[in-house]
Amino acid sequence: MLKDKTAPTAGFAEPDMIQLVTATGARVSHPDFDRWLEDIDADRLGALYEDMVVIRRIDTEATHLQRQGELALWPPLLGQEAAQIGSGRALRRDDFVFSSYRENGVAYCRGVDLTDLLRVWRGNVSSGWDPFEINMATPQIIIGAQTLHATGYALGIQNDGADCAAITYFGDGAVSQGDVNEALVFAASFQVPVVFFCQNNHWAISEPVGLQSHVPIADRAPGFGIPSLRVDGNDVLAVLAATRIALNRARTGGGPTFIEAVTYRMGPHTTADDPTRYRDANELEDWAAKDPITRLEALLTHAGLFTPELQAAVAATADAVAKEMRAGCIGLPEPEPMDVFDNVYSTPNSWLERQRDHYSRYLDTLADAEGSN
Amino acid sequence: MSTMTFSRAINAGLRKAMDDDPKVLLMGEDIGKLGGVFRITDGLQKDFGARRVVDTPLAESAILGTAVGLAYRGYRPVCEIQFDGFIYPAFDQIVAQVAKLHYRTQGKVKMPITIRVPFGGGIGSPEHHSESPEAYFTHTSGLRVISVSNPQDAYSMIRQAIACDDPVLYFEPKRRYHTKGEVNENQDLAQMPSMESAQVVVPGTDVTLVTYGPLVQTAREAAMAAADEGISIEVIDLRSLAPLDFAPLEASVRRTGRLVITHEAAQSGGLGAEIAASITERCFSYLEAAPVRVTGFDIPYPASKLEKHHLPDLDRILDGVDRALGRPNSLSGLEG
Repeated sequence: MLKDKTAPTAGFAEPDMIQLVTATGARVSHPDFDRWLEDIDADRLGALYEDMVVIRRIDTEATHLQRQGELALWPPLLGQEAAQIGSGRALRRDDFVFSSYRENGVAYCRGVDLTDLLRVWRGNVSSGWDPFEINMATPQIIIGAQTLHATGYALGIQNDGADCAAITYFGDGAVSQGDVNEALVFAASFQVPVVFFCQNNHWAISEPVGLQSHVPIADRAPGFGIPSLRVDGNDVLAVLAATRIALNRARTGGGPTFIEAVTYRMGPHTTADDPTRYRDANELEDWAAKDPITRLEALLTHAGLFTPELQAAVAATADAVAKEMRAGCIGLPEPEPMDVFDNVYSTPNSWLERQRDHYSRYLDTLADAEGSN
Repeated sequence: MSTMTFSRAINAGLRKAMDDDPKVLLMGEDIGKLGGVFRITDGLQKDFGARRVVDTPLAESAILGTAVGLAYRGYRPVCEIQFDGFIYPAFDQIVAQVAKLHYRTQGKVKMPITIRVPFGGGIGSPEHHSESPEAYFTHTSGLRVISVSNPQDAYSMIRQAIACDDPVLYFEPKRRYHTKGEVNENQDLAQMPSMESAQVVVPGTDVTLVTYGPLVQTAREAAMAAADEGISIEVIDLRSLAPLDFAPLEASVRRTGRLVITHEAAQSGGLGAEIAASITERCFSYLEAAPVRVTGFDIPYPASKLEKHHLPDLDRILDGVDRALGRPNSLSGLEG
């Protein structure tokens, strides 16, 4: 039936995906994945938990800042914490990330300054941090464009004979873009060290994933000659292991890998969106039962690790991060009017110099008029 | 000094840039073994290897998009777009990424990417092979746009474009590829005239005739023909289309009082409009007549048997010169 093709969750039956922690927090062993997690002891599991709680707190605080008029916009990552922390913590310092605008959790893993994280969303600048300081490009707004940048960067890594990798983050909506498909072609042709990390959060603003793809997204990659993994994106251990496997393949000359992390955007597309217009409340309820943080808490509880000390320490860190971020945001200086002309080119441009000069004169006349009143 | 064809001069410039800087690499369709459909990259893959002269899959957006990633990694990619009309699939990456990344990142990410575009008509090709899309790019902040008209500039300006830390679109007039000229290959970049300077190529006193790329030669021929009738045309080769170098134009128009602009590209919203408006703003009291545009029509590029009607030629340019001079012309008697 044609109608099914665009129904929110129809299009394909939910196929198997790799899961190492069930929704109720039980650890499931896996013959291929477990060996990639041998270093994840109690401390590291606690650290992953802290990361996920902290980025949810960052997300909540930023949403509040938007509601309070301190940010112009914010794209929440609520529900995608495991996908972002699991993959972000698999990366090495010298790997390079090309993401969309929702990967604030990945940026946190890269060590972004909290104030830098918010500059762009407050409207002070068009992007907030120095990409070379944390080896992560600033948020890409054109859907899917960054997948080509990662592929080109990986071509450069290959030319340099380096053993690092590029990783690119995009969503289920992006897989319809020509750029993503072209990136897969180029990555396969040149066998470059790049990881395609698709967070299938089921929604591209109001459009369900069934509208973008009539097969599981991970199934597309082998058609390009790229192996793929489909993992439970709300299972931080499954995501961590999958990303490590893909990065290892990239570093050792094995070429690109495609990961589909199946997760769910529990919030709106951005703070300007209203999902109640297009999304069934029951669906949200179903996914709330698969919450990635609750799941990790259950795993920690089963292992006897979810101690009051851990909870208190994590809460204190989250509070401190939120406080620091809020203060940094509110303390940002306003940009200067003439900043508008800066950095269009790397050296002066005669057209722009003239416009800059004329606007400066115009501003002077306003200042003069104010002075004479 | 040596004599070489226009196409050979670009090849020599690319070779020199690759010799000078190991971070320079070429990307494009058929540029390797074949040497490009116009043979501009002839022999370069053989000498520099397939990692530096990269035959890409047929996807223009990916050529530019991967060039962006390479630039992040410290490379200086030179992308060949096979024909002018094939650049549109790459438009988003050029306009939304290449042009804006330096501004977006407050100067932290440089985009030293050169985009070579064989452009213009006059070679009897089917649709999409003869276009003049330069105005799309001159309208885009963050890009520098140049067009070369002779072998010396072809050689010097490809080297300057590659050395530039900003993205440069380099428009090469494909119908002039086989013209020959003297090329000095022994100049340092610092000795060359700026690629952003316009140049007076024929001095004159009665009319200022401004053009670029393929029509520079046509304009020279028009100036010679007009001289036979006692009319002195000053021909200016713009060389840079964004930014435009207005100083020599202003100086010329202040002397002649009359301005004709000619290009193959369509008229409305084109470079002729920008030049006419800017010169009118800057030299209004010196103008003896309204600026005149002699351009391609506002039509999709026509079939090859019709292109001679679309492309400005010597006679149409001289008709425009007559309009600027108030002499009898094809529009005599019409108002506006």
